[in-house]
Amino acid sequence: MAEPTTKDVLLDPVIKSNPIALQILGICSALAVTTKLETALAMSVAVILVTGLSGAAVSSIRHYIPNSIRIIVQMTIIATLVILVDEFLKAYFFGVSKQMSVFVGLIITNCIVMGRAEAYAMKNGPAMSFFDGVGNGLGYSFILIVVASFREFFGKGELLGHPVMGPDGYFASGYQSNGLMLLPPSAFFLIGLIIWAIRCFDKEQVNAS
Amino acid sequence: MKPEDKQTLIVATCLCLVCSVLVSTAAVVLRPAQQIQKRQDIQKNILNVAGLYDESRSIASQFKVVEPVLIELAGKRPRIDDPSEEGIDLKTYDPKKAAKKEHDSVAVTPAGALPQIARREIYTIAYEVRKEDESLDQVILPIYGKGLWSTLYGFIAVDADGQTIRGITFYQHGETPGLGGEVDNPGWKKVWSQNKKIFAAADLENATLDNLPIPSIQVAKGQVFPETAQAEHKVNGLSGATITSNGVTSLVRYWLGPDAFGTYLHQLRTERAATTPTSSAAEGENNG
Repeated sequence: MAEPTTKDVLLDPVIKSNPIALQILGICSALAVTTKLETALAMSVAVILVTGLSGAAVSSIRHYIPNSIRIIVQMTIIATLVILVDEFLKAYFFGVSKQMSVFVGLIITNCIVMGRAEAYAMKNGPAMSFFDGVGNGLGYSFILIVVASFREFFGKGELLGHPVMGPDGYFASGYQSNGLMLLPPSAFFLIGLIIWAIRCFDKEQVNAS
Repeated sequence: MKPEDKQTLIVATCLCLVCSVLVSTAAVVLRPAQQIQKRQDIQKNILNVAGLYDESRSIASQFKVVEPVLIELAGKRPRIDDPSEEGIDLKTYDPKKAAKKEHDSVAVTPAGALPQIARREIYTIAYEVRKEDESLDQVILPIYGKGLWSTLYGFIAVDADGQTIRGITFYQHGETPGLGGEVDNPGWKKVWSQNKKIFAAADLENATLDNLPIPSIQVAKGQVFPETAQAEHKVNGLSGATITSNGVTSLVRYWLGPDAFGTYLHQLRTERAATTPTSSAAEGENNG
């Protein structure tokens, strides 16, 4: 296999090897923060930052990390970055940080972040690891944003908090809101449908049975 | 000690040092900005429940018509004009913290009136909103209580008549989105501002400071129609969220009742009756 270019590393995880759709990682937070597009966007930015920077940080000290404590070292770096992001959000984007509540902190336990640190950053240079992190963050964001758009639109008749079609939203025309869309299970259904759609186009992803 | 162990220790120590310095620097540097945000968020909620919030203007300039006042809950003279006499600075006083301290709190009476909460603060901060002619327009009262999963914190706006509710909002809770979380639904909140009365008229007639009425306002089961009996005291229930609905009833009744803001509301009613006996009656007709 040829050496992957920056573009491959950055864009492959969006569709071809999407962390949520192919690897089924990071589902928990994808259920929790996708009731509204606004929180999904904020979560996306936070995760992209953390995966990118943690990749670069882990990679740049990878030759010094003793094998016996490598997981703890990765966790410490990730946790530090997450706390920084959390503090920053509280200081400048208070409304958003309040809606996301504990889920910012829970980025620490998001399998995508540690998965990339362990699988990629420990073996590759800092620049590529950074792009790999950002790419995977983008893949995660892609799913989050699609799911959140559906949930907010059908659950509340709004997008980014603004009613779609008239001040009372399209519910004014008699359409009933779908309360299920605001509950976590709907994210499961939507993610399932997205995985199905992606695999219809990209047969390589279909599990051999 | 083996050389690898030595390296492990060195790496671990350096990493911890670097990370802790980063985290603590961020916490210290960003704290002032975070506190400003927190204060603005509360002010925004107060303006929102008062129906005054205007997104295009700065919160600080809009908040000028709102005056924080110290209230002794269930006190015979509830409005404390000089907080420093009680050793309280309005700018720094935090009722939530006071509720957790033994000597700044008292037991909730009657026991169980505020489910799962045993003690409340003695003093709290209410907000008086004045009209342009300096007369009192409405008061914003802090309220809290348990729902299904969480404690709901919010504000309720009461007209200067001490009887009509002007609005309600919960700024912090952890109820299920789509069910109990519908306390945030603008449609539901709007129902609260539709001329709902706290007390039954008969109860108010004989009210004295020692014989304060129990609020009649409640979150009913199901939809409330204009023809529903006592519709003026009832707000639509939240479907699928009976426990949250009941929690809201309990907390609103408790906070507006004799053990909390009841005496303050009584003071508002007597003040209004004393100053403008005729004009208030005329105004009542206009509103109706």
